[in-house]
Amino acid sequence: MAYDKFEVLTSTAYPLPIENVDTDQIIPARFLKATERVDFDINFFRDWRFNADGTPKVDFPLNKDIYAGSKILVGGRNFGSGSSREHAAWSVYDFGLRCVISSEFADIFKNNCLNVGVLPVQVSAEFADKLFAAIEADPKTEIKVDLPNQTVTLLATGESESFDINLYKKDNMLNGFDDIDYLKNIEGEITEFASKRPF
Amino acid sequence: MATTLFDKVWDSHVVRHVQDGPDVFFIDRHFIHEVTSPVAFLGLESRGNSVLYPERTFATADHNTPTINQHLPVEDALSANQLDALERNAKKHGISHWGLGDINNGIVHVVGPENGITLPGATIVCGDSHTSTHGAFGAIAFGIGTSEVEMVLSTQCIMQSKPKKMRINVNGKLGLGVTPKDVALYIISKQTTSGATGYFVEYAGDVFEDMTMEGRMTVCNLSIEMGARGGMIAPDQKTYDYIAGRAQTPKGADWDKAMEYWKTLKTDEGATFDAEFNYDAADIEPMITYGTNPGMGMGVTKDIPTAESVKGGVETYRKSLGYMDFHEGDSMIGKKIDFVFLGSCTNGRIEDFRAFCSVVKGRKKADHVTAWLVPGSHKVVDQIKEEGLDKIITEAGFVLREPGCSACLAMNDDKIPAGKLSVSTSNRNFEGRQGPGSRTLLASPLVAAASAVEGVVTDPRTILTANANA
Repeated sequence: MAYDKFEVLTSTAYPLPIENVDTDQIIPARFLKATERVDFDINFFRDWRFNADGTPKVDFPLNKDIYAGSKILVGGRNFGSGSSREHAAWSVYDFGLRCVISSEFADIFKNNCLNVGVLPVQVSAEFADKLFAAIEADPKTEIKVDLPNQTVTLLATGESESFDINLYKKDNMLNGFDDIDYLKNIEGEITEFASKRPF
Repeated sequence: MATTLFDKVWDSHVVRHVQDGPDVFFIDRHFIHEVTSPVAFLGLESRGNSVLYPERTFATADHNTPTINQHLPVEDALSANQLDALERNAKKHGISHWGLGDINNGIVHVVGPENGITLPGATIVCGDSHTSTHGAFGAIAFGIGTSEVEMVLSTQCIMQSKPKKMRINVNGKLGLGVTPKDVALYIISKQTTSGATGYFVEYAGDVFEDMTMEGRMTVCNLSIEMGARGGMIAPDQKTYDYIAGRAQTPKGADWDKAMEYWKTLKTDEGATFDAEFNYDAADIEPMITYGTNPGMGMGVTKDIPTAESVKGGVETYRKSLGYMDFHEGDSMIGKKIDFVFLGSCTNGRIEDFRAFCSVVKGRKKADHVTAWLVPGSHKVVDQIKEEGLDKIITEAGFVLREPGCSACLAMNDDKIPAGKLSVSTSNRNFEGRQGPGSRTLLASPLVAAASAVEGVVTDPRTILTANANA
């Protein structure tokens, strides 16, 4: 699944300061029936964005015009827990986001993001709080995510923090590559390994 | 050097370590189902790749399947389309496929062990987070995303960074009415929903040694609910007795050779973990959840904690209780319930139905309660009938349905209506998990059964004690 390469992103951000946001909220199970990757933008956070009758919940941050067009989402601690559905990461990307910032990510969601071109940026709880406060004070405040230098910066104040990503995944994100390209290149080594497995 | 069970299995599956990157990790067994595989096959084909080892992948339909009238065409067009795609993709690529109606069909994490596909020391993945279930056999098993499903199909490998190691010891004897589900919900309540994020867990101690294989599957199944990638238990004689003679286990000389390997699969004396926790079996009660993540659990007789007394943010906690329409300090006992769900990859096996029947036998379902009893596989259905449990179920006013994931994630028609309160033996109580607006209380089959007959949240020990004195 190809995605656009990621280098430096400067954008406003949607704030979602709720902890333990699970992937059932990001994309409810009833929208997993597609056999192709379609409509995941519409159904992103479906039940938090829309009432049962389809009208938008105006107070939900993803529906507020003031944040419209943001490419970053700042989420609460333990973002993306629960189901392994990659559809959650697809819906983040297809909604137009390229980066999720949180003080903690659930493992599978984080992997899925990296595989589909969404950069998960883990920051300290203190820095996450600063981001939330800055967005609350000025919804148009911009955040700069610099992948080559592995830093995230609140442009208004210049406050910055570095983040971890392993060099292999970083290289993939910078180039828009994915793991299958790598794995297919070492297929001989894999089949040799497989021939020695006991079962 | 003293090493852990987890290290032994992990390290023996590393094809190569990528400099400053993850391991190229070889997968022995790959399960696929209709929901998370179609896009992986599209990707595979668009790149012009083929399935490298079709004999290492196993397809079963479970997530969106109806639990009544499975002999009829599936009414929901989107579900039918996914089921067709699974069958078509499996056939095209030479993958074994257990579709609706097949005698081996059922929930992927139930049928894998039943058919001897799950083995000690194996690496097992599936596009489903409850793949951790298979860790009960001393396997490394975990859920993956669809991109990774495509990787396994085309290369039998995924790129994974090795998780940290945690050991959880529970020692002592479990009390009356305390089941493996309660042990798991207790551990998760202590760890919280994210306490084991970044870790792979080994469960050790008397409680797990004494536990049946099905009980161990229930515990390992729920590992993901505290954020762990997976959980595992060292194989022992119970493990070997369970897998011996199953359809796909090694036979003859292959069995002997495998057994030699399996006997090495334990954590050496003196091996170290990145984190270790000890719990006492005597502290564990029948459990129930009261919030919107599985970490929000407590003994069924306890009162809902105050926001200030729990870990995590007060606002998130109050939002959760608000969704449930509960209040700090509420007692759970006596809350009127609307639905009961017995089933899922967590509690859809024969021992779960035996436990449920031990409570409802000779009693009647409360009139206002709707109950869905959904076995995990056709083999479980057959066993229920062989043991006469179906008669107990019917006499108590319940109906046995056909196998599938059902109301655990409500992708089929088994949806709990908005606002209704459900006691469920499944694994997630997230907002809307069992249907938009549904409210879920996670519990054991015993708590579910007791609540089903009383019509309110009930401590099963009251019924079990009455049974013992009868």
